[in-house]
Amino acid sequence: MIPASFDYVAPTTVADALAALAEHGDDAKVLAGGQSLLPILRMRLNAPSVVVDLGRIPELQGVSEEGDAIVIGAMTPYAAVLASELVSTHAGLLSKAVATVADPQIRHRGTVGGALVHADPAGDVGAPVLALGAELVIAGAGGQTRTVAADDFFEDLFTTAVGEGELLTQIRIPKHTGWGSHYEKFVRVSHQWSIVAVAAAVRVDGGSIAEARVGLTNMGATPLRARAVEEALVGRAATDEAVRAAVAQVAEGTNPPSDLNGGAEYRRHLATVLTRRAVLAAAGA
Amino acid sequence: MTITEDNPTAESSQAEVGRARRRKEDQRLITGRTRWTDNVTLPGMLHIAMVRSPFAHARVTAINTNEAKAARNVVAVLTGADLKDVQGANANAWPISADQVTPTHLPMVVDHVACAGEIVACVVARSAAEARDAAELVDVDYEELPAVLDMKEALKDEVLAHPDLGTNKSAFWQLDSKEGGTGDDVDAAIEAARTDGVVIEREYRQQRLIPAFMEPRSVVVDPTGEQITMWSATQIPHILRFLLAATTGVSESKIRVIAPDVGGGFGGKLQTTPEEFIAFAAARQLGKPVKYTETRSESLLSGHHGRDQWQKLTLSATKDGTVTGLKVELLADLGAYVALVGGGVPVLGAWMFNSIYKFPAYRFNVQTILTNKTWVDAYRGAGRPEATFGIERMMDELAAELGLDPLELREKNWIKHEEFPFTTVAGMTYDSGNYEAATARARELFDYEGLRAEQQRRRASNDPVQLGIGVSTFTEMCGLAPSRVLGSLSYGAGGWEHANIRMLPTGKVEVVTGTSPHGQGHETAWSQIVADRLGVPFEDVEVLHGDTQISHKGLDTYGSRSLVVGGEALVLAADKVIEKAKVVAAHLLEASADDLEFTGGRFGVKGTDQGLGIAEIALASFAAHNLPDGVEPGLDSDATYDPVSFSFPHGTHLCAMEVDTETGATKMRSYVCVDDIGVVVNPLIAEGQVHGGLVQGIAQALWEGAEYDENGTLVTGSFVDYTLPTAADTISFVTDRTESPSTTNTLGTKGVGEAGTIASTPAVVNAIVDALRPMGVHDVPMPCTPERVWRAIQSGGSTRQVESSGDAQPHFDPAAPNQDTPETEGGAQ
Repeated sequence: MIPASFDYVAPTTVADALAALAEHGDDAKVLAGGQSLLPILRMRLNAPSVVVDLGRIPELQGVSEEGDAIVIGAMTPYAAVLASELVSTHAGLLSKAVATVADPQIRHRGTVGGALVHADPAGDVGAPVLALGAELVIAGAGGQTRTVAADDFFEDLFTTAVGEGELLTQIRIPKHTGWGSHYEKFVRVSHQWSIVAVAAAVRVDGGSIAEARVGLTNMGATPLRARAVEEALVGRAATDEAVRAAVAQVAEGTNPPSDLNGGAEYRRHLATVLTRRAVLAAAGA
Repeated sequence: MTITEDNPTAESSQAEVGRARRRKEDQRLITGRTRWTDNVTLPGMLHIAMVRSPFAHARVTAINTNEAKAARNVVAVLTGADLKDVQGANANAWPISADQVTPTHLPMVVDHVACAGEIVACVVARSAAEARDAAELVDVDYEELPAVLDMKEALKDEVLAHPDLGTNKSAFWQLDSKEGGTGDDVDAAIEAARTDGVVIEREYRQQRLIPAFMEPRSVVVDPTGEQITMWSATQIPHILRFLLAATTGVSESKIRVIAPDVGGGFGGKLQTTPEEFIAFAAARQLGKPVKYTETRSESLLSGHHGRDQWQKLTLSATKDGTVTGLKVELLADLGAYVALVGGGVPVLGAWMFNSIYKFPAYRFNVQTILTNKTWVDAYRGAGRPEATFGIERMMDELAAELGLDPLELREKNWIKHEEFPFTTVAGMTYDSGNYEAATARARELFDYEGLRAEQQRRRASNDPVQLGIGVSTFTEMCGLAPSRVLGSLSYGAGGWEHANIRMLPTGKVEVVTGTSPHGQGHETAWSQIVADRLGVPFEDVEVLHGDTQISHKGLDTYGSRSLVVGGEALVLAADKVIEKAKVVAAHLLEASADDLEFTGGRFGVKGTDQGLGIAEIALASFAAHNLPDGVEPGLDSDATYDPVSFSFPHGTHLCAMEVDTETGATKMRSYVCVDDIGVVVNPLIAEGQVHGGLVQGIAQALWEGAEYDENGTLVTGSFVDYTLPTAADTISFVTDRTESPSTTNTLGTKGVGEAGTIASTPAVVNAIVDALRPMGVHDVPMPCTPERVWRAIQSGGSTRQVESSGDAQPHFDPAAPNQDTPETEGGAQ
């Protein structure tokens, strides 16, 4: 498992990283935590001539709060997100999803931003970021930044709104303080990618669901937000029966993959069961 | 079981055998600061990268090596044409029939590729990275041929794995109790039961598995001395040396094979591999040391696979549950070649399908089949897990059919403890065992009645999570094997084992064993045996192994043979040391040998306080200043032990599985096993073997399976898709032991290396099926994935074979948009 040879640059600022990308264009690949890129290089599925390592850029690290949002630097490792009280208090759904990612070694190397831009549909951070209505801050050549809503971020399999020569720098998540949340992940062995997973956050008021956010992992080429289910849940009692009825159509219109872990039909069935469980768990029922 | 810490001072008087010592080899093995083959680095050493066929079946029409040869630091690019006269062959050592069809297995393909991953060329360069880079530049033209991948399709001989052989059928082998005089006519028994009893007919699939040892295979060859030295991550250095010599024509005395520390094998390194033979040929051609270490992807694709059978089983019984006959018809997929003992693996099941039961009539047969897939050979248990799965699934099916408790049904049919020794319907004589005792203990630890009551409650309340209880009362034959028996089966070697004990002048003891540990803990256990026998401190015993120049005689480690055969050789060698020492002691003590007694490492003169320790005698014998006339200096002794019989561990395994009927997910609730493995040398090591074995067997039931697509490409080619479990996926097992010492060796030991694997698979599947029986389910094919369980529930058991899509997950799919089209993926991180 030896990659083809490549040049390696490790800028220490976002500006320098963008300059490196501008210089090398198509020939460059960006290295975040390397949990997907390194296997790809080692299996020689890709052979970039330059690897731009973002690991030494302090401004891409860490979790902070800015008004009504939690701001996560794109290069913050899963483990740091998991340990962050800001995240668990105000974006608990993301904490719960991150806790299920692979194993401790991978959670210490892999980064939230890297996973979002890699956009593996079976990855665990897309659905909660989508469900929580996050905004993604993208820096481009020349240093200008733009902000993309999560709804517009995931474009296709392994494809996002981050364009050539651009970098994801921040994930801004609106605070969902006091919401209940749950990430219901279905796997055969613990270290696996999600076969299907459901991210649910709900605000319960007086025993019924006042607001709900539901994201689906690995039910299509991108993470999906189940808006119809979210709407159907509003005003329902947080009971098995009520939630069961509200989530029954969650798989409608989805196009999940078929592979050794399950066919599309089975995944649609799973999504229905897991959504009910996720919502009920999030509601504390 | 309780695991006791080492505490030598407090327990210094305790016998070594039976003591739960921590393994003395673990520190270096676990930290990796040791001699793994890939750690061997020689002056001027070159590195090999292999070029492998992506096609399952093809003819090589041209190979252009010019560009690769011109690449930086490439020393040579070798093809089958270059090596064909010197590379030797990967032999089959166990033809199971006189007319077995055995395709010639060349290490490097000359023109015919019979499975994906076969090696068509190799690059030798100054660094591993340069070799890998240049391997990409070797241009091979293939003419693709139709591939036969399914063994039932292969039986039709319409598409041939090896067109020149004219058939895919390799060999047919049968054991029949009527013909052999060990029992009645099975067809008559089944016919009788059809009118006046019950007949259960089932077909089970033993999926293909990948051994997935921790250390990938690695080989280093140094041709620069008088002998050619090969280091290899192998279980079988002695057999490898013999076969290198036998097939290349190099004198055996010019070959030294070293298996240094080896990181696991599970049968997967019981092989002579193309990679070893290619490295041997390349080193000889170039006159320079070479190294080849496989990647994990290469390991999964090209290390041999295991299992892969269809089992058609017919069981007849009276209406009260007394079994009257068992007929076993196997199809075994050998893959592209008949590997070292590949054809023989299913045959090992012949004596095991009747298991612990007193069946009056029995027939076993197997048809081995060639396909265009990776070759199949021994994998932990080799033949016995398949047999145990088949019979234990059938016994549960019979119990369900008759409405009997599965443990009661087994008790009605098993050999009672007072009936040992017992000769079975397959003609094998079991020396000892006590199935009643192991079962009683397991029931108690498991709370069998309590769990049955819970099962009833969940059924009654229609709980979405149902509970199932699976039973597996297994036995196995291990300790391969009496040489005469192997000879009668045309096996290519004997089954003896050798040991040598060297008494050093400083009082230390070197033990040389012909067994070849690769994770089993022989260094510790062998030291315990010898320390006890010679009365020397455990710390003074050093165990040497795996180097054919040091351990010149041996038959290596597989089939749970090392302790029961190799351990017995140690005992014999130690006894010879004592005999020699006694003569010297009598001389030095000026006493009659008859007046000496040897206890605690000391020869004492009866009735006096006079005596000499064995270390003092070793020194005196080394100095040889004062020896009796005609006595040779030195106490060193050799022994070779040929076992008189197999040994037959057994046990009762009980498994409770929770099945989520909404998703098909299964969750282990409880696993209890009570094994009878005879006398135990080191309970901690035995416990480790049982735990690891259980996980491997459970993994066959739930998680693992090698899958190919319709082109013959291995879909489960990485650990993304070949789902090995980790500790996070298993529960704490409850284990205990009963002890019926084996009567066929002096230590009373039986094998333990494979027991857990053999027993656990059917216990798990039986539990899942038991949970779902009220829904009409009577089988779920392995691995019992959630989707298969769910589909079985959905269909009420009516469709047995439901396959999901056989695709790999897309994470590392070469066609994925982020992977080889960099222009589309922007800043993918």
